[in-house]
Amino acid sequence: MCAESSMREAYGKTLVELGRENKDIVVLDADLSQSTQTFMFAKEYPNRFFDCGIAEQNMMGIAAGLAASGKTAFASTFAVFASSRCFDQVRWSIAQPHRNVKIVATHAGITVGEDGASHQAIEDLSLMCALPGFTVICPADAIETAQAVRAAAADVGPYYIRLPRLKSAVLYGDDYQFVKDKAMMMREGKDATIIAIGLMVERALQAADELAKEDINVGVMNMHTVKPLDSKAVIKAARETGAIVTVEEHVRQGGLGSRVAQIVAEYAPVPMSIIAIADCYCSSGKPEELLELQGLTAANIIEKTRKLVQKKPKPRGASGWVF
Amino acid sequence: MLLMNEMQDKAKLIRRHIIKMIAEANSGHPGGSLSATDIITVLYFHVLHHDPKNPLWPDRDRFVLSKGHAAPALYAALAESGYFPIEELMTLRKTNSRMQGHCDVMTTPGIETSSGPLGQGLSFGIGCALAARLDGKKYYTYVLLGDGECDEGQVWEAAMAAAHFKLDNLIAIIDRNGIQLDGWTKDIMNSEPLDEKWRAFGWHVIVVDGHDIYKLEIAFDEAKMIKGKPVMIIANTVKGKGVSFMENKAEFHGKPPTKDQAEKALKELE
Repeated sequence: MCAESSMREAYGKTLVELGRENKDIVVLDADLSQSTQTFMFAKEYPNRFFDCGIAEQNMMGIAAGLAASGKTAFASTFAVFASSRCFDQVRWSIAQPHRNVKIVATHAGITVGEDGASHQAIEDLSLMCALPGFTVICPADAIETAQAVRAAAADVGPYYIRLPRLKSAVLYGDDYQFVKDKAMMMREGKDATIIAIGLMVERALQAADELAKEDINVGVMNMHTVKPLDSKAVIKAARETGAIVTVEEHVRQGGLGSRVAQIVAEYAPVPMSIIAIADCYCSSGKPEELLELQGLTAANIIEKTRKLVQKKPKPRGASGWVF
Repeated sequence: MLLMNEMQDKAKLIRRHIIKMIAEANSGHPGGSLSATDIITVLYFHVLHHDPKNPLWPDRDRFVLSKGHAAPALYAALAESGYFPIEELMTLRKTNSRMQGHCDVMTTPGIETSSGPLGQGLSFGIGCALAARLDGKKYYTYVLLGDGECDEGQVWEAAMAAAHFKLDNLIAIIDRNGIQLDGWTKDIMNSEPLDEKWRAFGWHVIVVDGHDIYKLEIAFDEAKMIKGKPVMIIANTVKGKGVSFMENKAEFHGKPPTKDQAEKALKELE
């Protein structure tokens, strides 16, 4: 896991391929095309690229109008703007009419780093998952990003794809097959299952490696599609391993942990540990240092998982678990 | 094509529908529906190329009601055009009705987009107009805004963008009735001079009497001749137009008439 992969670059390149294959693909940006990487598409297909300037609300409305007229509209800006700056426009011009708009938001989470709390989207999953009919995806590496973008283009309806600024480890090879709605089991285990998204997947895998040395065998699941959530996979993991840990670069409320907990509580109650950003805004700093402050590290995942496994109720013969 | 007196009769009929619908629902927005009636009548019975039997005809002109609270006026025009039975108008705002309180593209045939939260329609219209250009289609996109709606920042983002993209297939109309929910727009949030603002944003601006059907028709004819820039028709109107006791009254922005008031209004509209 030493090689790096850029999810944003994968997005930019995939857009160019999609543009070549389908003349109805259009792309919009709000004066951030160099950062979001939509400039690659702009260079190849200037007529189908619309830079809307620093006006995200207007961009979302234009994207909706293009989609209503038969286009598949990709709209990109930073996650902090895409989700909260224009939430009303996304809600009423895109979500409710179920428009074929794909919002690909970059620079999500605290790993934006030095720009500080103003630019760290930590509430976006909660906001976007609240919108009826939206599909929300948080890929974990470049290959997965490329395939998620392709899957979004092939489907009709609104998508939110969340990408970080940082590069990730290379997790998948060219043979990887992204299936929307279907969580990717990265590693099987019996003592607990760690469910992670985005940049946290590689950290969950590191944690699982370390825990194995202590004879704690945990599964790792990449829940790339946060909505609709693969509830079958969650229930199976809860029933088979008896404990669930979630890890996300997002506030505790309304993100991956909340969504997994809803399923676990209703269908397969087992002990859970939610590793996420505390209910607060963060600050400027180096990404790795900010992750450390919020406990979004392999070390913290190891500690929380170990404690959770110890807390697990012991099996009592054939009659099942004792709580 | 309707004759001038037939157009006037049609507008009066639409006003009657508006009063009946809102009175029956016992909720809704009569003031801004009545001020927009003549504009909407001219659009649906003179200007728009549309097919009520095929609401999604790809080459249709698009009409976007950005001031979505004037939905009753649009529903009445759609029903009179033949999109759905006129009787259905009386289900306005009722559970399971196709006549939602504000425009809903998912339920009402002939509606282009959902509206209600103000300021969103012009941006949507830009998207429709850009798509027409990409596809080499000849249709026009018309967007109706309120003058109070121009308080919304998004309207000016869209104003800048439409001129930047040189969208001469986009025609917007402002129903300038001078009143918003809390009172006169000049007192609540003065947006004047609207004509100079839109001109400064790069639009061709036409100012017209929004209740003079003939002049409205001429304005739309002129708008379609303009090349290289979008056109804004500022239609001077009277809030509550056609019902004496509703005219220029902010209280009838979002208040239904009582049964007696509705009867009185319908008598005036005979």
